[in-house]
Amino acid sequence: MSVAPESHNADQDVDVPDVDVADYPVERPEAAGPRLRAVLGAIAVGGVVGAEARYGLGVLLPHRADEWPWATLLTNVSGCLLIGVLMVVIVERVRPHPLVRPLLGVGVLGGYTTFSTYAVDTVAAVQSGRVVLAVLYAVATPLLALVAVAIGTVATRRLVPDRRGEVRS
Amino acid sequence: MTVLWVAMGAAVGAPLRYLTDRAVQRLHRSVFPWGTFTVNVVGSFVLGALTGAGASSTVTTLVGTGFCGALTTYSTFAYETLGLAERRAVGAAVANLAGSVAAGVAAALLGWLSARALI
Repeated sequence: MSVAPESHNADQDVDVPDVDVADYPVERPEAAGPRLRAVLGAIAVGGVVGAEARYGLGVLLPHRADEWPWATLLTNVSGCLLIGVLMVVIVERVRPHPLVRPLLGVGVLGGYTTFSTYAVDTVAAVQSGRVVLAVLYAVATPLLALVAVAIGTVATRRLVPDRRGEVRS
Repeated sequence: MTVLWVAMGAAVGAPLRYLTDRAVQRLHRSVFPWGTFTVNVVGSFVLGALTGAGASSTVTTLVGTGFCGALTTYSTFAYETLGLAERRAVGAAVANLAGSVAAGVAAALLGWLSARALI
């Protein structure tokens, strides 16, 4: 499925950047020289907030090695939904402060979601003899994550009006 | 106290992800998101080793939950994969999806087994 906006005419959308969200990789807000320190600080602060939220969810929904890792799955899928929402808002809808993306995208959501725990959960399930669970979990997580980003992106484009007060859907 | 260990690890892991990604992305001109791939595979190896070594709960929270958790990312991984698909680079999207999963799980297993063998 394509989540590209249907209308991308720069002549008509003069105040809307004529770009795909995909042209702005999450991890690469431009920063150099003195601004780099501020960017790294924002990422660190956001990363701590995201990691604590992930830790909290893990405490609320603990799982053993031979059980389905609900907390990790929930964290990763919800984080992917939110990155879809965030990137549409900050790239296509508003012109935020330059530190918003490092803080929320790279920091909070990057720190909230985790690939390492996903990989180790999978290995731990295999080690505890739950091979089918491991395979299902390993395959389901990335697919659900992709669907979540797509839903977040498309829903935000449809529900959040752009700067002209119109909903681009 | 646990909350503090998570915070300390994440305060290092998240900025290191950004710096690593920037450094790796400078090294190539392909559309493939090697930067995110790198942090995810390296973080999976470290967490695998930590788990295999049976690290103490303090070390697990500091280095595992905090550092590795913040160094690696699922949101950027999924976002970049969808971005490749949007730009009709479907082959790269599938390669990123399957390659990251395979390499990440293999790295976690390798880390786990290496730690077991050494300890």
